[in-house]
Amino acid sequence: MPVSYSPAVIQFTDVSLARGGTPVLRNVSFLIESGETVVLVGRSGAGKSSILKLINRMLVPEQGSVVVNGVLTTNTDGVSLRRGAGYVIQEVALFPHLTIAENIAVVPRLLAWDESRIEARVHDLLVLVGLPPGEFASRLPHQVSGGQRQRIGVARALAADPPILLMDEPFGALDPVTRTELHEEFKRIQQLVKKTIVLVTHDMLEAFALGSRIGVLHDGQMAALDTPQVIAASTDPRVRSLLKPLAEMQAALPRLR
Amino acid sequence: MTLIDFWRSHASEVVALLTQHLKLVCLSTGIATSIGVPLGIFAARNPRSGAPFVWLANVAQTIPSLAMFGFLLPLPFIGGLGARVATIVLVLYALLPIIRTTSAGLLAVDTALLEAGTALGMTPRQRLRIVELPLALPSIVAGIRVAAVIGVGTATIAAAVGAGGLGEYIFRGLSMVDSTMILAGAVPAAVIALTIDGVLTLVERVLRSRTRGRGNKAIIAVTTAAAAFTLVIIAAGLFAAPQQDVIRVGSKNFTEQIILGELAAQTLERAGITVERRLNLGGTFICDRALRSGDIDVYVEYSGTAATAIFKQPVETDPAVVLARVRQAYADAGITLLPPIGFENTFAILVRGEDARRLDLKTIDDVVPHARQWRAGFGYEFLQRQDGFPGLASKYGLQFASAPVAMDLSLIYRALADKRVDVVAGDATSGLITALDLVMLQDSKRYFPPYDAAVVARSQVLLANPRIKSGLEALSGRITIADMRAMNHAVDANGADPAVVAREFLTRLR
Repeated sequence: MPVSYSPAVIQFTDVSLARGGTPVLRNVSFLIESGETVVLVGRSGAGKSSILKLINRMLVPEQGSVVVNGVLTTNTDGVSLRRGAGYVIQEVALFPHLTIAENIAVVPRLLAWDESRIEARVHDLLVLVGLPPGEFASRLPHQVSGGQRQRIGVARALAADPPILLMDEPFGALDPVTRTELHEEFKRIQQLVKKTIVLVTHDMLEAFALGSRIGVLHDGQMAALDTPQVIAASTDPRVRSLLKPLAEMQAALPRLR
Repeated sequence: MTLIDFWRSHASEVVALLTQHLKLVCLSTGIATSIGVPLGIFAARNPRSGAPFVWLANVAQTIPSLAMFGFLLPLPFIGGLGARVATIVLVLYALLPIIRTTSAGLLAVDTALLEAGTALGMTPRQRLRIVELPLALPSIVAGIRVAAVIGVGTATIAAAVGAGGLGEYIFRGLSMVDSTMILAGAVPAAVIALTIDGVLTLVERVLRSRTRGRGNKAIIAVTTAAAAFTLVIIAAGLFAAPQQDVIRVGSKNFTEQIILGELAAQTLERAGITVERRLNLGGTFICDRALRSGDIDVYVEYSGTAATAIFKQPVETDPAVVLARVRQAYADAGITLLPPIGFENTFAILVRGEDARRLDLKTIDDVVPHARQWRAGFGYEFLQRQDGFPGLASKYGLQFASAPVAMDLSLIYRALADKRVDVVAGDATSGLITALDLVMLQDSKRYFPPYDAAVVARSQVLLANPRIKSGLEALSGRITIADMRAMNHAVDANGADPAVVAREFLTRLR
């Protein structure tokens, strides 16, 4: 029986962070409400991934506070916090020595679920991400395609039914067709599981396709955090510079037709 | 005798030595694995504080194994002899590859996987068990493989400290210049090394190709098995405490000593005493150490050797004086020197029998007039040492046709018989003296110190059981130099078993 969590809230208040002497985030404040899918965009090094790591306490702020589920992250035990926040990493990073089923079962095992419950959960998740369990459960990561690995990464993050899902460029390494397919899949899954999702990408199309809100990071600061419609209409030069490639593509398409 | 014949005729001994060898290698590799893997993990985690361990293991690796044995022997508790020292030396050698590959394997794990482990909520310990160790396992197995193969080779040298194993054939074969016997030990050792290498390479390859499931269980199984095996053997060693009523007979590592060891052992057995043989231990130093530390109770020493090598006494040529001094020095150390066995193993100035008869040569003095036309052959050491040839020449006024030829001791008798030289300095008890019709000249001016063979035994043991003393004294004054030469010859030249030679002699003595 899946445990039901109340949807989570993430609150950053005046957070600053430096790594190796150079500032990464400067006075960042924002609020993410339960059930939202917030997509963070920005150029490389803008501090997107750092925000994810601050949420699950893989990083600790130097200044300001991060509150998750109403609790200050600096007051919580990082390990249990992470078990309550699924994480999908850039390079997928499935454990190469474990089968697909074992990869998905990692967190339930850490939580010491009993084996029958784990087995049922793995089965359900494989179905959820569209991989027939009979065919995939006992394969090794190197025996499946990149897109399939990505789905498995999502399944692994969802395994213990965490209220929060953190995704760091989850679809980054895929070809555009597969990526679009997975976007559809993602939206379908999000309808089903209703998580609070923070997703990092450098692909604006992806941000518009998936985000209920889009956060634009620029030089360690949150330049904008709003609905796709508002972002698209923004006059802020920091936002416009990210939209430029999209506008060019839009302009080019009618000519090509 | 061909190799196959040798193995066939020594089947049970070969199996025993092979088992000893494997036990030594498995035990030491097991201990090294259970120490090395945790140390490797530590070194990977804390490169700074782990560095000294890697450095120490590195240094241990560079010490030649024979030197390492010599280094550890005199140490209290871990020193002494036999399997214990050998195991420690082998462990020291095995540590480096295991520590190295464990820490290298752990450091080679993709950082993205480590981050994923942490992000999924693993504690550092869980991440080590679930992610890092299984992925480092092929590398760790490679280290264990290297360690075990090094161990097989080093274990052959362990025979020098009485740990047994296949090295015993190699050392025995070297001292008897018997290449069949050397091969009888070397070939199985090589086969073991290749087998271990092959099997573990296979394991490693399987692990690497499908670094797959149950990896964590495999590493835990391997380490646990190694640790458990080690504990069992250590426990067995602790509980199998030396039995008090067993007399341990030792010997040095050459034919005559092994025969004398057998003679002492069998004499005791005939007196109804249980004996454990620790023959072929090594040189004088090792036997003396072993006797003092109680690892052996009895062995045969030579008065002159004890005086100079053990007690560092000034050179003295009166046999009675030497015996008295050595007996006193031993007594101070709680050791009893029993009455001499009868023969003396001294330097022997030898000439061909035909020359001796033709020229009526009896003493070294008799050679002096002929020396100007003769050539001499001596061992390297005899030629160099002040109490060797230089002293001998001035004592007797010897002058040869040309400077003496330096040659290997094992070839010297043959060179004399083949008339390549006319006078040599050899070993008074060599079996070849009789076999090649050589004659030993009397040392009429008493240049050489006496080397009377005599049993030395721990006084405590003799006091505890009078039958031991009376049993050992049964040998006193009973073995002539001719007897000893005959027995040496039977073993060295005819390949007889020292135990059989000793038994036949004792039966005749009755």
